[in-house]
Amino acid sequence: MNNINKKAKEPLVRTVKRAERSKIEILKLRIIAFMLALVAGGLFILLIGFNPFELYLTIIAGAFRSKMAIQATIKIMIPLLMSSLGIILAFKMRFWNIGAEGQIIMGAIFSSYFALFHSDWPHALLLVVMFAAGFIGGSLWGLLPAYFKSKYNTNETLFTLMLNYIALHVISYLRDGPWQDPGSSGFPKIARFIANAQLDKVFGVQFGWIIGLVLVFVIFIYMKYTKQGYEISVVGESQATAKYAGMNVKKIVLRTMMLSGGICGVTGVIQSAGSDMTLASSVAGGVGFTAIIVAWLANLNPFGILLVSFLFSVLEKGSSVMQSTFGLSTYSASVLQGIILFFILGCEFFIRYKFVFRSKGGVKA
Amino acid sequence: MNLFINFLIAAVFAGTPLLFGTIGEIMNEKAGHLNLGVEGMMALGACAGFMAGFISNNFIIALLAAFAAGMLGALIYGILTITYMADQNVTGLTLTIFGIGLSNFVGEFMLTKLNTNSLKLPDLITTQISNIDIPVLSDIPVLGPLLFQYNPFVYLGIAVAVICSLYLNHTKMGLNVRAIGENPGAADAAGIKVIKLKYFNVLLGGGICGIGGAYCSMIINGGVWMSNSVNGAGWISVALVIFATWSPLKAIFGSFIFGAFNILKYYSPKTLFVVPNAFYDMLPFIITALVLVVSSIRKSKESTQPASCGVNYFREER
Repeated sequence: MNNINKKAKEPLVRTVKRAERSKIEILKLRIIAFMLALVAGGLFILLIGFNPFELYLTIIAGAFRSKMAIQATIKIMIPLLMSSLGIILAFKMRFWNIGAEGQIIMGAIFSSYFALFHSDWPHALLLVVMFAAGFIGGSLWGLLPAYFKSKYNTNETLFTLMLNYIALHVISYLRDGPWQDPGSSGFPKIARFIANAQLDKVFGVQFGWIIGLVLVFVIFIYMKYTKQGYEISVVGESQATAKYAGMNVKKIVLRTMMLSGGICGVTGVIQSAGSDMTLASSVAGGVGFTAIIVAWLANLNPFGILLVSFLFSVLEKGSSVMQSTFGLSTYSASVLQGIILFFILGCEFFIRYKFVFRSKGGVKA
Repeated sequence: MNLFINFLIAAVFAGTPLLFGTIGEIMNEKAGHLNLGVEGMMALGACAGFMAGFISNNFIIALLAAFAAGMLGALIYGILTITYMADQNVTGLTLTIFGIGLSNFVGEFMLTKLNTNSLKLPDLITTQISNIDIPVLSDIPVLGPLLFQYNPFVYLGIAVAVICSLYLNHTKMGLNVRAIGENPGAADAAGIKVIKLKYFNVLLGGGICGIGGAYCSMIINGGVWMSNSVNGAGWISVALVIFATWSPLKAIFGSFIFGAFNILKYYSPKTLFVVPNAFYDMLPFIITALVLVVSSIRKSKESTQPASCGVNYFREER
């Protein structure tokens, strides 16, 4: 009787913490998860009646098949890389900035003012002003939720999200109203920037890629070797600890969000003046959200972000080729990205925990 | 006067998808799970509901498909956050991106597969989801159109809200769920099946969100498939939960009020003042942001987020 009772109380499977895994083991786990994600994606492709190998090869070939294709892949990568780098500053602080989308837009709006109405300034001066304006625009859009978070503990996730939509409608206001191009026929739009207000090209791609690459190193050093970077990670671990150590948490939150939003704002400048050559309402186009996936997949590591954003750009460019070849929507890219992150999120569990099955002989630790 | 009544009716229509989304999220948060995947689950429901309705020409099947699709989305979220204890914020966001992507992907896939440039719901289901007409009741002046002339979704939404309110406040199971949301460790010690109930609520919430999505795809665009039909309703719903102070009944009024903001631009007296359309479009989001700020400034004990919301429960660490 006693025995039966005891058995009924021990669950079939339980979760326990495991000893820390080595870096190699963690990497192995992630690679396995990535492979499983590809298999799951492949099953989905099979389900809709296509050959997964053929499609995966099309994606890779599509991104590298010509010099033009490679340049296009890099062009997709620039905003993704930059905004992910911006986001990790906030995420490291456990400040859920999902407002990159809005911060990109605000940066683009601020800089577009100069690109549209002061395009006669000397080229170098104009670009410097545009970048500064973009930084300010993005950081203002980041400071707003940071202020309320630090003062009233307002939910930053939802606040930054609402700011995305507000920013989006600011563009449509400008497009339909004061900034509308009188020369455009049909749908209202904002005028194309003249050459003087466009970013120069280096190796056939706008020079944003250089900024992105430099930023990888800058963010890495900032987070790892500076006092401010250290403060960010302490606040992220525990606000109480940070306060106890005499840190001014409010100031750190505001400063970090200013930087995070500012970098996203600069992303907006690069996208509008470097790729779109105008201020389009699709200037952010979901990059701010994808950047969150990128940042998380890369484990908030700048070099990881470089790798993941490259992989994701290949996926996006490849999916556009998939559309022209197989007639499949480009949304397949976000489906695959989602699946990959689901699996990586699931695998994190096995880094820290393990399942213990009920053993026949009773409890064994 | 007539214009005002029309305005109220339009507000109810615009608020109904928000109502489903809000109740779905309340179900999640009461069990301690901040699910940011509402937009994604609604998108999944939008796609499944529309396609099932398009193929079967039956409203009930469409509803069930939407519910099941939302639930499947919630199942992914549930497995990752409840069993695998993954970060709730990131998991929810991924679910949103995945859900929107999959929904639009399937929509465009159907368009190419059927070789047409638009999908329209067949006639039978269109009449099933059109506004009802009850003899006598619907003909009462003012009250008739205001209360008895909506489509079935609206009444379903209100019924779901009432049932969920009863469930959370007056059944043993619902009270157990609320205990889990406040303190899962204590609930577990009291013998409540924490994991099981969490799954139940998360899945139920997901299903309800799915129905809200079906409303977006089947009603809003007049029965024609459009990509991105949910278009932010899920996100507003997540914020509305705060406005409704985690009460399904208050969610009814909250969502209708927000519905009113959504359609204000068509009813504002243009002769008195002219405001650009873009301003009206951003209004619901501005109000939501203000609600967030105001509710965080004046915190009251009764109407606050369940204490364990956003924190995963690890049994061996209680």
